[in-house]
Amino acid sequence: MLVLENVHTHYGKIEALHGVSVEVNQGEIVSLIGANGAGKTTLLMTVCGSPQASSGSVFLEGRDITHAPTASIMRSGIAIVPEGRRVFSGLTVEENLHMGGFFNSKAEIRKSQDHVYELFPRLKEREQQRAGTMSGGEQQMLAIGRALMSKPRMIILDEPSLGLAPIVIQQIFEIIGQLREEGITVFLVEQNAHQALSLADRGYVLETGRIRLHDTGANLLANPDVRNAYLGG
Amino acid sequence: MAANNVRHAFFSALITLIISYPILGLNLEAQGISVTLTGADTSTVIAIFIAVIVVFVFQLFRERLMDRVRELPFLSARAHKEPMAENKRAKIESWVITGIVVLALFWPFFVSRGAVDLATLVLIYIMLALGLNVVVGLAGLLDLGYVAFYAVGAYTFALLAQYADFSFWMALPVGACLAALFGLVLGFPVLRLRGDYLAIVTLGFGEIIRILLNNWTTLTGGPNGIGGIPDPTLFGMEFGRRVKGEGNTSFHDTFGIAYSGEHKVIFLYLIALVLAVFTAMVIRRFMRMPVGRAWEALREDEIAARSLGLSRTAVKLSAFTIGAFFAGFSGTVFASKQGFISPESFVFLESAIVLAIVVLGGMGSQIGVILAAIAVTILPELAREFSEYRMLIFGAAMVLMMVWRPQGLMPMRRIHIELNRQE
Repeated sequence: MLVLENVHTHYGKIEALHGVSVEVNQGEIVSLIGANGAGKTTLLMTVCGSPQASSGSVFLEGRDITHAPTASIMRSGIAIVPEGRRVFSGLTVEENLHMGGFFNSKAEIRKSQDHVYELFPRLKEREQQRAGTMSGGEQQMLAIGRALMSKPRMIILDEPSLGLAPIVIQQIFEIIGQLREEGITVFLVEQNAHQALSLADRGYVLETGRIRLHDTGANLLANPDVRNAYLGG
Repeated sequence: MAANNVRHAFFSALITLIISYPILGLNLEAQGISVTLTGADTSTVIAIFIAVIVVFVFQLFRERLMDRVRELPFLSARAHKEPMAENKRAKIESWVITGIVVLALFWPFFVSRGAVDLATLVLIYIMLALGLNVVVGLAGLLDLGYVAFYAVGAYTFALLAQYADFSFWMALPVGACLAALFGLVLGFPVLRLRGDYLAIVTLGFGEIIRILLNNWTTLTGGPNGIGGIPDPTLFGMEFGRRVKGEGNTSFHDTFGIAYSGEHKVIFLYLIALVLAVFTAMVIRRFMRMPVGRAWEALREDEIAARSLGLSRTAVKLSAFTIGAFFAGFSGTVFASKQGFISPESFVFLESAIVLAIVVLGGMGSQIGVILAAIAVTILPELAREFSEYRMLIFGAAMVLMMVWRPQGLMPMRRIHIELNRQE
């Protein structure tokens, strides 16, 4: 589904990714964990083409998107839930969702909207409320719902648990599991290593711009190095 | 708390004194070739001190006074009023607007020539402000050089009329499109900029256009400007006493009425009115279209907008181009109204005034912007009797506005996009 081959990414002269190779297969949940500054978000942004990889290649469903413009990547069946939610705070919940289906027909928007409300009944209740006035958890639900509006085949989540209460995190991760059942491929980037790895089929550990470890989620959870570094022993 | 109040009041009074005394209390008098400084007469000095004391007392008891004001019955009644139902309100609004437009159509036949002239100017500013509202209010791109597009529209008409004998109606679309093209061209280099940086580049662009017009003497006549810009015609009928263009007839001859200079003024006003209504309607349409929502999304959160597949380039350029288009529109009308244009008319102050209108009206709100355009254009005229103090009054009005209604006269009520669920 998504393949990164030996990707290097630079911010000006500083190299943030030193040859990263990641593969996400159809229907999987793949987690990427790593400390602050490891390059997790850079990796995601490289997939989205902003900044573009300085060498190596990115393939989405077999198509080379390394040098494609961001807008066209984001319209080709992939959706991202950006870090820190970034809902349109002045718009209502419904309008936020409609922005998510910007390039779809009205009939499609209506269908995906009903689907999102099924996943997140809470959003239905808040349909006419301004997104900025909602709680962090609700905003995260909205951000995920908005990404789903474009009917993506693959969804990328950048730290969906950031700043949320444990019970809300639990809910969010349940929804992510549900997405897999619907056949959506999930690429999950998380600091919350325990949750992310228990849910994932496979996991990658990123350290200072390099992939350190790569294994199944369960194996990584059991790995003593990972336990020491990310799960507090 | 009390000590703090006294100190605050004291400083306010001191500042009043520092600002007002040198302006009002000192006079420069020319005696021969030397200039001497003399104090003003006693009554002025007394007035200044009374003002200082008033400021001091007001600042001292401000909180108590403001509490009293808030408790006034008509103010508190308004605060507790329930908002009207959305659809009912929209209906009333559309009726009221239709009524005002119809009234505005007949109004010039009953008032003085000067009033109609001023109203035309107001309408030109309304068009300008509505255009800038797209760029600043909706797309959130701070543009300080907006007057450049206005100049492009005006000069396009003036030059085409001078060198190619274009009439107003032919020049109107050309001027607007050329301004739009300039908007597009400016848009490209500033795509990556936002906020303050964007403001500075656009400011520079505005100055470049003005300086170019000022110095390209062979084409634009430089500071001398271009005169003899033709008036608009009505189906080949001219409004002057004598017919200038070939094959044209004059308005008063055709209808067999006596010649009057007022016909032309009223006609110009009506053109401006129709174009202003057209501008408002087109932009309203845009706001409801996907592109309008894209502008807002980009203003609210650029990263999120891009993550949804919106192209930053397309969205920003469309805002710039459409804004510039309407500036060119009003520029053409302005050139026709004045009959003479020079770079003097397109200084930075104009950009600032239009921006002030947009901010005062409430960013993004069309009705607010229209009201603000009326207020900002007419207020200095009303205050003309106070001659040199009118800019002071204007400034004071602006400061008061920002204190009481920082969100603008009529903050934008978001147009609600609803999908028809039964289909």
